[in-house]
Amino acid sequence: MTGNDQARSVLELVGVRVQYGGTVAVEVDRLEVLEGEILVVIGPNGSGKSSLLRTMGLLEPPATGAIRFKGQPVDPRGVLTARRQMASVFQDPLLIDATVFKNAALGLGFRRMRRADLAPRVRPWLDRLGIGHLAERRARTLSGGEAQRTALARALVLRPALLLLDEPFAALDQPTRETLIVELGRILRHDRITTVMVTHDRGEAMSLGDRVAVLMAGRIQQVDQAARLFRSPVSEEVARFVGVETIVDGEVIAAEDGLATLNAGGQRVEVAAAARPGDRVRLCLRPEDVSLAIREEVAASSSRNHLTGTITDLLAQGAHVRVTVDCGFPLMALVTRRSVEDLRLAPGSSVVAAFKATAAHVLPRA
Amino acid sequence: MGDRSCRRRAGGVGLALLLGVCLVLASGSAVCAQGVPSRTLILSTTTSTQDSGLLDVLVPMFERQTGYTVKTVSVGTGQALALAARGEADVTLAHAPALEKKYVAEGKMLNRRLVMYNDFVLVGPEADPAKILGEKSAVAALKRLAEAKARFVSRGDKSGTHTLELGLWKEAGITPGPPWYIESGQGMGATLGIADDRQAYTLTDRATLLAFAKRVALRIMVEGDRPLLNIYSVMEVNPANGPRVNAAAGKAFADFVVSREAQEAIKTFGVAKHGQALFVPVAGKKDEDF
Amino acid sequence: MSLLLDALRQAGALLIGGDGEVWAVLWLSLRVSGTATLVALGLGIPAGVALALGRFWGRNLIVSAVNTGMGLPPVVVGLFVSLALWRSGPLGFMEILYTPAAIIVAQAVIASPIVTGITLAAVQNVPAKFRLQLLALGASRPQMIRIVLREARLPMLAAVMAGFGGIISEIGASMMVGGNIKGHTRTLTTAMVLETSKGNFDVALALAIVLLVLVFLVNWALTSVQQRGSAGR
Repeated sequence: MTGNDQARSVLELVGVRVQYGGTVAVEVDRLEVLEGEILVVIGPNGSGKSSLLRTMGLLEPPATGAIRFKGQPVDPRGVLTARRQMASVFQDPLLIDATVFKNAALGLGFRRMRRADLAPRVRPWLDRLGIGHLAERRARTLSGGEAQRTALARALVLRPALLLLDEPFAALDQPTRETLIVELGRILRHDRITTVMVTHDRGEAMSLGDRVAVLMAGRIQQVDQAARLFRSPVSEEVARFVGVETIVDGEVIAAEDGLATLNAGGQRVEVAAAARPGDRVRLCLRPEDVSLAIREEVAASSSRNHLTGTITDLLAQGAHVRVTVDCGFPLMALVTRRSVEDLRLAPGSSVVAAFKATAAHVLPRA
Repeated sequence: MGDRSCRRRAGGVGLALLLGVCLVLASGSAVCAQGVPSRTLILSTTTSTQDSGLLDVLVPMFERQTGYTVKTVSVGTGQALALAARGEADVTLAHAPALEKKYVAEGKMLNRRLVMYNDFVLVGPEADPAKILGEKSAVAALKRLAEAKARFVSRGDKSGTHTLELGLWKEAGITPGPPWYIESGQGMGATLGIADDRQAYTLTDRATLLAFAKRVALRIMVEGDRPLLNIYSVMEVNPANGPRVNAAAGKAFADFVVSREAQEAIKTFGVAKHGQALFVPVAGKKDEDF
Repeated sequence: MSLLLDALRQAGALLIGGDGEVWAVLWLSLRVSGTATLVALGLGIPAGVALALGRFWGRNLIVSAVNTGMGLPPVVVGLFVSLALWRSGPLGFMEILYTPAAIIVAQAVIASPIVTGITLAAVQNVPAKFRLQLLALGASRPQMIRIVLREARLPMLAAVMAGFGGIISEIGASMMVGGNIKGHTRTLTTAMVLETSKGNFDVALALAIVLLVLVFLVNWALTSVQQRGSAGR
């Protein structure tokens, strides 16, 4: 889709179909991984993410299609050579019953590196991943985070042309996960390691991904830069998956200078979009983009849209609260607990929901 | 994905292993060059013959004299003769005249020659409930046993001893059965042990009785009767019975066993240990002489 | 009880007194069963790995056959091997019947399904994800198999012990194909049977004790290797 045309292609899938027996798990017309980028593949469970990753890692031959690695087609005899320029980390660290050092050096052993050459190559990576002090520890005594760091070191020490990660942080607790995401991101960016990461966590996709691909039911729905994907999903399915919670019917009543006025649920909404009067659309709003106020004049003036409504539901979610407002259509807002307390929000309260014209997004309605 | 190359490698490893196994086997085998007669011969005999210990004297003597190596296979009489009939042995030494004559008549065995005999005795508990002590006729003694329903332990394993015993019952016109008639299905030593234990009568060869004399409290009840003689003969295996029958070696052993030197050794066997000889050498005699 | 004590004393006397025959019999048992175990490992481990990792027509049939083979009575194997090694049999030309080589063959046949079956289970027990991870780190298939077997070393050593233990104490096959020939194919177990049938229960018991001690020592050595570095599991 987009991306720097001058960046080289590390991996390219063309017309690739992955099948298990008679069932098609993944079908990709074209997907390219560019050098130095972090491509995150997100999708719901069962969408075929892991199958796609295994195919990209040349671990499972596709039923049909062509795979090019570094611009060259991969033929059956060259698979091992190509695979040796890649490395994978999975959700389960899958370490061998040996020391951390031996685990990290495992891949180098497959490539027949001499014993003496291992330490100078492996130790710096153990240090970089914060486990240098655990080098002689047996793998089965490690915590989940330490084990996954070992698995990462094991992959990174190989200096792969392509790094493949399959939900590497899914099994870890929240604080460990957050720390590791940051550390990993730093390493990947600093060394410009081409990475494909599969995850179902939107937050990880946002933090790490240069580009994000959405995989649903085996097909790639959209590949875009992270910010753009979340702002402008191409379909309702993708929209829901990337966290757009308010999706309602609307009709364009006026359009001028890139600003469209809609009638949605009886309310007048202004959206920054290219549309023509009479277009039937679906209005999309992310809850984070909606702010709540008690009175009109206090509402943020930079927002073009101020809708008055009644609170119908409040749902606490971690440090935030999900507020459902009925303003002619159900509108979701995400506010801090503090705000809820300060504004004394409760079911039945009357509020003004405000959001910018640029925050709203429209999709064509069939 | 390297599957084919791996399978080829696995196949190569398997083939190498198979060759290795063959080498191991070959290292344990005798010379098997075509056309050169083997210096090994297989003697098939019975367990009681082996257990008597006589072969431990005769075989080394033969090996020293001729340079042959003897493989002695000691199994039940039926199996010993059946193996020979299939050509899986070169010479037999057994003591079941009726069965042996049958094989000779069929042409499976050649040149049956008598070698020696030992005798069987009817033994029983000191108390002698059937009162057969001193009885001259074995058949008569058995009739008295059956009448008294005195406990009797049989080999029950189709051995030479068992065959002889069944012949005696047949002549007595009796079909023995439980509860007083017990079949042990085991060797002579074990059967004696059972008889001793159950205070029962049994038929045994003198050699085994002598060997077990100290261990059992059984007394000889009947001895010396003609039907109780246990005649051993040697037979050569017909080379037509199977491939690789070593006829020359078989003949050499058969000739040896009836030779003067072997017969002398037989005559003196057991004297030192038990005070009396276990066998009586009879080479040269015929069945009719008994 | 006194019989047992006598036997213990006799066992010691036989060994320490340097009874040549007992040592010869012991050495033969060890040599024959040891070789047969090695052959069984050489055949069984690759077979077990191939069955565990392969997907081919008839695989389930072969696995069932292996499982059946694990429980084969040794005397049945002895009978079939005899048939093959008889002069009139297909392998008669090798003339190895009634030699230690024949016992090695029969015992290898007995132990191979055991080794195959345990290897198969051990390799299947290593999760498929693990194998995938190894491949994903650039392992070739042989390299992957080597690591998998190393991870499965506990059950693998159990396979060695089970294979060896099963054949050093078997009688049926040794009797049938070996012939229990003194000084040539008389093993600890066949000698035991002979002495028992002769009524020499004390000698038989002594031999039994020798056999038990031998098997225990071998298993002790193998267990030490197996459990090495596994403390604190």
